[in-house]
Amino acid sequence: MKQSTLIWTMLMVFGGLSLIVIQFNRGKGEVYVREVPVEAKASSKTSPEQTYRWSTYQQVPEKEKGKPSVSFSLSRTLGLWVAAFCTLAIFSFLYGDNPLYKFTEAVFVGVSAAYAMVVAFWTEIVTNLFAKLFPGFARMSFLPDISENVQSDLLYLIPLVLSVLLLWRLAPKGSWIARWPLAFFIGATAGIRLISYLEADFIGQIQNTIMPFIVFDSKGSFLWIDSLRNTIVIVGVTSCMVYFFFSIEHEGVVKYISRLGVWFLMVTFGASFAYTVMGRIALLSGRLDFLFNNWLGI
Amino acid sequence: MKRTIPLFISAVTGFVLIGTAFIPKFVDWGNDAMAWFNLLAAFAFILGGGNLLKMQLQKISAQQPGWGYAAVTLIAFFITLFVGLAKVGVNPSVKFPEFAWSGEFQEEGSAFWWLFEYIFYPLSATMFALLAFYISSAAFRAFRAKNTEATILLSIAVIVLLGRTYAGVWLTGWLPNEPIIGTSGITYSDFHLPHLSQIIMDDFTTPGMRAITIGIALGVASTSLKVLLGVDRSYLGSDQEA
Repeated sequence: MKQSTLIWTMLMVFGGLSLIVIQFNRGKGEVYVREVPVEAKASSKTSPEQTYRWSTYQQVPEKEKGKPSVSFSLSRTLGLWVAAFCTLAIFSFLYGDNPLYKFTEAVFVGVSAAYAMVVAFWTEIVTNLFAKLFPGFARMSFLPDISENVQSDLLYLIPLVLSVLLLWRLAPKGSWIARWPLAFFIGATAGIRLISYLEADFIGQIQNTIMPFIVFDSKGSFLWIDSLRNTIVIVGVTSCMVYFFFSIEHEGVVKYISRLGVWFLMVTFGASFAYTVMGRIALLSGRLDFLFNNWLGI
Repeated sequence: MKRTIPLFISAVTGFVLIGTAFIPKFVDWGNDAMAWFNLLAAFAFILGGGNLLKMQLQKISAQQPGWGYAAVTLIAFFITLFVGLAKVGVNPSVKFPEFAWSGEFQEEGSAFWWLFEYIFYPLSATMFALLAFYISSAAFRAFRAKNTEATILLSIAVIVLLGRTYAGVWLTGWLPNEPIIGTSGITYSDFHLPHLSQIIMDDFTTPGMRAITIGIALGVASTSLKVLLGVDRSYLGSDQEA
C-alpha cells in the first residue's frame, strides 16, 4: 500500500469512528414517531360486523420526544444510519475506487432492479392484466374495490401471450420467438410516436413560431419590445433550421445565416449546461443537508 | 419466418396505429395499444431482472474477480423482491380491512418503503450528486473562450448560473431602478442578473430549443418510417440467435 493511501485510509477510518462516537454521545441521529391508531370496519354486508385495529406511525421532529404516544423508532433510526452510510460510501468514490463504494454500488444495482420489477408487478401486471383477465379473483385478493359487474376482458390474453413470448428470450433454445413481442413493441412505439411527435413537436413548434414581426397594442401604438422579441425568435428559429439543413452548401448568405444559428444554439447549450450544473448542485446540497441536518443534527 | 413475421407484426401494428389517429371511431385502439405496450414494458422489467440474475450467477459460478459483489447484488435483489411482492409490513386498506392484501405496496412504514427511503433514494440521489463534482471539474478544465461560439456558451452559462441563484441578486442588486439617460424606458435594474437570465431563457434559448425539437420530431418520424417499412431491421438482432 502506498504511503499516501495508508494515510488517507487511516484518516477516513479515524474520522468515521469519531463521527460515530460523537453521534452516540450527543444522542443525535435518532428518529421519533407518533403512534396513530387505526380502526376500520369490515366492508362486507353479508358477514357479521367486525372491527379491525392496528397502528400506523408518523415521523415527528426530535423536539417532540417525551410527549404522549411519541416513541423512539429503532427501524427508522437504523434506516437513517444506513442512508448516511450509503451516502458517505458513494461520496468515497471522490477519493478513488474502493471496496466500500463497490459494495454500495452492488447493493444499488440489486435494489433498483428489484424495485423496478416490484413497481411494474403491482402497478401494471396486477392492476392492468390480472384485474382485466380475472376480475373476480382480483376482487377477492388484491383489489377489492373492483366493481362486481366487471367482466373478463379476453382481449388481454394477447398481451399476456406476447409477454410470455418476451420472457422466452431467457430460454436456451428458440429465443428468436421473443422477436414477435419485440416487433409489436417497436411497431406500436413507431406508430404512436410518429403521429405524436409530428403533431406536438413539428407542427406545434412551427405554429408557435408563426407570429407578427411588428406588434401593435389595441390602441394602435407600436410595441417595440414585443416586436423585438418576436423578431429574435423568428430569426433564431430560421437561422438554426438553416444550420441544420445539410442538403445545400453553407456558402455565401447561407454561411452567415447558419453562423447566426450556431450562436443561438450556443446560447441554448450554455443555458442547458447551467441548468444541468444547478440540478446536480441542488442534489448535492440535498445530500449534504441530509448528512448535516437529518443525521448529524448540526 | 424468424425475420418475416416480426417485420409483418411491426408494420401492421405501426400502420394501424397511424391510421387510427385519422379515424375518430378507432382512436381507442391507440389507447388499447398503449395499455398493452405498458404491460409488455412491465414484463421487460422481469426479463431484465432475469438477465441480471443470469449474469451475476455466471460471475459467481466462474469465481470471476469481484464475484463477492455479484453475491451482494443478488442478496439485495432477492430481499427487495421478496419484501415488495409479499407486501411485508403493509397494513390492509382502511376501506377493506378484511382483505389482508388490499394495502398499498409502498405504504409508509412497510419494509419496501424502508428500502426505498433509506437505501434506494439515498444511493440514487448521491450517485447523481457526484456528477456535480465531475461536471464542475470538466468545465473548469475544458471551458476556454477560444472563439466566438465558446465565448457565447461560457458567458451565457455564467449569467444563467449566477442569475438563477442568490449570487446574482447579491452581485447586481445594487443597480438602481432609474432610467438610463438617452434611452426610452430602459433602467439600470434591467441589467440585474436574474432579469438578464430570464430574458435569455425566454427569448434567446427558445429559438434554439424550438429548432432542436423540430429536428428531433423529423428524426423520430423518419426513423419510425424506416422501421415500419422494414428498411431498419437492427432491432431484430443477428440471424445467428438460437
